[in-house]
Amino acid sequence: METETDNAPVVDIQGLSKTFNGVDVLRGVNLRIDKAENLVVLGKSGSGKSTLIKCMIGLMEPDEGSICIMGQNIAEINYDDLNKLRTKIGFLFQGGALYDSMSVSENLSFPLRHHKKHLGIEKINQLIREVLENVGLPDSGDKMPSELSGGMSKRIGLARTLILKPSIMLYDEPTTGLDTATAKEISQLILDMQRKYQISSLIITHDISCAKMTADRIVMLKEGVIVAEDTYDGLEKSKDEWIRSFFS
Amino acid sequence: MAIAETHLPTWVPFKKAVWHAGEFSLFFFRFIREVFKPPFEWKEFLYQCFKTGNKSLPLVAITAFIMGLVLTIQTRPSLAAFGAISLLPGMVSVSVIKEMGPVITAIICAGKISSRIGAELGSMKVTEQIDAMEVSAINPFRYLVVTRVLATTFMVPLLVIFADSISLFSAFLAYNIHGDITITHFYNLALSKLDWIDIFPSIIKSIFFGTAIGIIGCYKGFRVDGGTASVGTAANSAVVTASLAIFFIDMIAVQITDLL
Repeated sequence: METETDNAPVVDIQGLSKTFNGVDVLRGVNLRIDKAENLVVLGKSGSGKSTLIKCMIGLMEPDEGSICIMGQNIAEINYDDLNKLRTKIGFLFQGGALYDSMSVSENLSFPLRHHKKHLGIEKINQLIREVLENVGLPDSGDKMPSELSGGMSKRIGLARTLILKPSIMLYDEPTTGLDTATAKEISQLILDMQRKYQISSLIITHDISCAKMTADRIVMLKEGVIVAEDTYDGLEKSKDEWIRSFFS
Repeated sequence: MAIAETHLPTWVPFKKAVWHAGEFSLFFFRFIREVFKPPFEWKEFLYQCFKTGNKSLPLVAITAFIMGLVLTIQTRPSLAAFGAISLLPGMVSVSVIKEMGPVITAIICAGKISSRIGAELGSMKVTEQIDAMEVSAINPFRYLVVTRVLATTFMVPLLVIFADSISLFSAFLAYNIHGDITITHFYNLALSKLDWIDIFPSIIKSIFFGTAIGIIGCYKGFRVDGGTASVGTAANSAVVTASLAIFFIDMIAVQITDLL
């Protein structure tokens, strides 16, 4: 029997607004992500996608509105509690954001050393091996970030977030700057991770192929406002010219 | 546009300076607050000490060697004219230990360490590595700023002591170009003019120099906003600001020491 808690959205955003230098970047955005759902936010550059995702993780403070993640309003909790919540959220940056002074293994062990201090070296190494295999780069542990291609950096970035076994994943333009084949591999990886770990994901993108592959549901953001919300197939049939411009 | 700038109220640059001072003060107070919060990042602190100290040693050694040598050679004729050549070791030691050693070493460190920290943290900022740390629930201020500032605070005084020793040794070599003195006698003469009241304040001000070098480098790096060009600007600005801060701290230290 499903309880109310089971049906509660993992992420619930209400009336989110953000202004930069007098420009309204987000205007009353309402958004919900359910458990194990892949939600894609589709929009053109400058539509407020990155601002939305940064507000969600607490990197930016919204001017108005509330962001509830797993029942906690992030505006109302202190820094330590926010950090506790952040350990349950993975964030894949556009460029991977790997620590360039550390090797791939050190990048992966870094969050473990801080949040899973009870783990011994053997266990940490086992988790690193496991997560590297999951992202399809089992032999790259000794490499430095400068030796990795764009696609490999994103895979390692993904591995670094998955190593803490998050309940929610936020992807900021996961396929931007990649060739078609690599972009497809990353999209497949996002899908595989969702299926394997039952992670709820928010994918910010303007890449329609990525949206098609990964989305359970798509919301379309235009000038800081959600203008449409449907499945990929539903939006593809839309008569709206602006929406159609993504599918042509 | 130039015309628009001329129409700006005259207090605008002052307002900007006050804003920067306020930002820096908040940054510094946050550092003070975070220093006492556990857990302390010992591994990173020791690594930063190694980077700050070990990698600055050759440059500090060469500069200190030249400093002692030049000071001795240039002072010798003046003292010889008054028949006071025996005062040369004492004069050199007082100059080096009280003023030149700490200030020159700190200036070298400002150029080498503050710029490195500014550029390193700046590039981490533009490539979102600091944000990545933040979203991984790792306090980047504690991991990056606290460790680096404490490392410079700890290592700069050690580098100053090292530089003082090298300078005195090179002064001994320079003295022997025209004279003949044993190293024991040279050091006896040099140290006879020094008291704890000369050595202690110079170490204390070196600690402040170290803190200034670290905190300014970190502040400039953390404030980087925009593209890679701003990383270069941050590194450059860190050197200039840290060098000015060193002279400013020195000026205050001299006033305080004078009262003792």
